[in-house]
Amino acid sequence: MSSTIALILIGVAVLFILGIKFLASPKTARQGNLVAAAGMAVGLIILCNREGANIWTHGNNYVLIVIGIVVGLVIGAFGAYSVKMTAMPQMVALFNGLGGGAAALVASLEFLKDAQPAAQIAGVAIPALHDPSAAITIPMLFATLIGSLSFSGSIIAYLKLEGKFEKPMTFPGQNYLNGLIGLVILGLCGWLTFNATGHNAVVAFIVMFCLALFFGIAMVMPIGGADMPVVISLLNSFTGLAVAADGFAINNTAMIVAGTLVGSSGTLLTLLMCKAMNRPVTNVLFGAFGSSGSSAAAAGGVAGTVKPIQADEVALLLAYAQRVVVVPGYGMAVAQAQHSVRELTEELGKRGVEVQFAIHPVAGRMPGHMNVLLAEANVPYDQLIEMEQINPSMDRVDVCLVIGANDVVNPAAREDKSSPIYGMPIIDADRCKTTIVMKRSMAAGFAGIENHLFYKDNTRMLFGDAKASLNALVAAVKAS
Amino acid sequence: MDTNILFIFILAIFVGFEVISKVPSMLHTPLMSGTNAIHGIILFGGILVLADATTGLQQVLGFVAVVFGSANVFGGFMVTDRMLQMFKKKK
Repeated sequence: MSSTIALILIGVAVLFILGIKFLASPKTARQGNLVAAAGMAVGLIILCNREGANIWTHGNNYVLIVIGIVVGLVIGAFGAYSVKMTAMPQMVALFNGLGGGAAALVASLEFLKDAQPAAQIAGVAIPALHDPSAAITIPMLFATLIGSLSFSGSIIAYLKLEGKFEKPMTFPGQNYLNGLIGLVILGLCGWLTFNATGHNAVVAFIVMFCLALFFGIAMVMPIGGADMPVVISLLNSFTGLAVAADGFAINNTAMIVAGTLVGSSGTLLTLLMCKAMNRPVTNVLFGAFGSSGSSAAAAGGVAGTVKPIQADEVALLLAYAQRVVVVPGYGMAVAQAQHSVRELTEELGKRGVEVQFAIHPVAGRMPGHMNVLLAEANVPYDQLIEMEQINPSMDRVDVCLVIGANDVVNPAAREDKSSPIYGMPIIDADRCKTTIVMKRSMAAGFAGIENHLFYKDNTRMLFGDAKASLNALVAAVKAS
Repeated sequence: MDTNILFIFILAIFVGFEVISKVPSMLHTPLMSGTNAIHGIILFGGILVLADATTGLQQVLGFVAVVFGSANVFGGFMVTDRMLQMFKKKK
């Protein structure tokens, strides 16, 4: 590799770091994404093979490479621009799975190439490109294992967010079975590290690959849909690490830097998300959240009655309130109601009502999901208040409008020690003078837990589709 | 193996932790999506192995890797930009 190329590569690494740094601040986030994309483009142009020659002038299979890139570009662009804002988390899960799959394939190809006796490759005597020493084999095995696990796990996460088998799937001894599979995988990896060539190595490798795919499925299946954001974030950092390991295996510094950056920042992001839910990450992964919760809540029951209310009555409460707080949740996303919400808040604003949005860090299916949706509907930034900031003043709020949020306003998290969400920080919607909960039916939330808020004395339920109800509210507020 | 590479690896771990330590929760989704696009750099790996591929099986697997990696990197950046574009439209 010439020193010019090496210098440009350092520039690429800096672009990635700056890209992530800019992404972490609202003002510069969009530039950050473009900076990282620019780094990627430069890296692609100067991409060199193991011998240090530019890939675009020294390589085979150009046609296949270009067709592959174009096919991927079309799939990626179609996915990115056709997806609805509400389905964003699924899309990220899917792209992440593809990245993981690619990481596993790259490592597998390298491994199998080394494992096969040189003379067998297409019947032509081709010398092995490099020795499969442990320093090369271990990253390859790691990338295969983590990449394929991330691939199958992300596909399951995608399907769960699409509404297929949302509920956790558990059976007795599941964690033991998973542990056993994990041990077998590790055993195979250990053996392969020292026996990386020959027919047996190829068989053992394929078995390990399949087991890793299965392990990804088995790992995500028992986790409830409500925890999918954490799972996607974790799998995202896994893919990053797999890519970094691939970088070690094929000696590409740009891949090591980019993969490691994603791996470590993704790990931190995962921990931040878990912190927002006040649960240790082990509890998310092995706790089989939700399955025990729904049965416990069903057995216990909740005291009090549910008090329904009509839209015109809510409109009066809102129109003559001084301070209104809206708590959006996934239900708002499903009903595509974000534009109607904005219309209602504008109407109230015209009447001098102070309107704010209370954003729970894990409302929706991804952290920040609500911010994205409300931004799409042109709700100004400064109306979105984070949970910690708004909670201390909740008892001075006249009307709290809960739109399709459930678990993030469940007071059981504060009051009921037996609840599976006990200890999770919530938005204190129950402390407002009046709380209006907009909901389609009395069904339990994503976590499958009965919500104590619905039975409180100052809570009224406005049943119906969120968008239809909001439009009725807008009309009624205008008329009053 | 070149130990310089390990050096870079360790430093990158710390940089990754450092750069996002103060991210507000409203940017968690775009950040996850953006870093998701960055690990699409696996496309490079796919191109390198496909350029080395000699047998039909290697070509098929390498091709799939390139398609996956390309979808990851292009789709990832596009979807992130689409999300952030809406943040920018603000007053």
